[in-house]
Amino acid sequence: MEHVDGTVDPGGVVLYALSTCVWCKKTRALLEELGVTYDYEYVDLASPARQSEIEGEVMARTGRASYPTICTPTDCVVGYRPDEIRLLLGL
Amino acid sequence: MAEREAQEVEALRERLEREARAGGYHLNPDVEFTSALVEGLLTNQARYGYPSCPCRRAAGERAEDVDIICPCDYRDADLDEYGACYCALYVSRDVVDGKKEAGAIPERRPAKREDRPQFRGEAAPAGSGIKVWRCRVCGYLCAREEAPEVCPICKASRDRFEAFAWPPG
Ligand code: SF4
Repeated sequence: MEHVDGTVDPGGVVLYALSTCVWCKKTRALLEELGVTYDYEYVDLASPARQSEIEGEVMARTGRASYPTICTPTDCVVGYRPDEIRLLLGL
Repeated sequence: MAEREAQEVEALRERLEREARAGGYHLNPDVEFTSALVEGLLTNQARYGYPSCPCRRAAGERAEDVDIICPCDYRDADLDEYGACYCALYVSRDVVDGKKEAGAIPERRPAKREDRPQFRGEAAPAGSGIKVWRCRVCGYLCAREEAPEVCPICKASRDRFEAFAWPPG
């Protein structure tokens, strides 16, 4: 898990992404534009065991395992949906 | 990106664009966006031995990932419904013309492994229940939900296709 320090910390923001995916890149760019403090993990670069673990967790929380998925402790947004992401983060 | 990699990306992007055009498809005209996806395809080719979809997690075994080798099994249905494939590497004419925008679309690939095309053990013969379309211009036949946007053989548009066979029932 990598950590990015921003100027606003909504608390416990985690982004699950793929290093090869352009929509994931856009999501990171949006978070950085908003100045959000967050953690992220590139699922495709993780160990096979960790990949299954993330897949299970994302599946349990969203009913599917697709990326980008951005979560707070209470809710998640699947896909690069700027308006919903802003809403999720209260920004 | 190293110069050699940049050249590789550009060469593959140009090839995909040529092939898309020849088959009646369109690559996303946003070259920067498309190049980033093409780079992802090259990364996956090197990593797994096949160009797995850059926007999906690959299992790393061909038999598992065969439905998401680019172009994936889901491209044409997503082009028909949303005007873009899941990654938006391929887009419809309307998106190229700026009449429609490509954005985030829901994942069409079934979440459950056993529901994916390569694992669906069908009792009925493969392909049954699918419509067959005929190009009135050149007679090209294809079995799919919708006629293609452009006939890959003679380039006639979708409105020049007719229903050739409807699935029974
Ligand atoms: S979604 Fe698009 S880029 Fe991804 S595999 Fe399918 S056709 Fe290729």
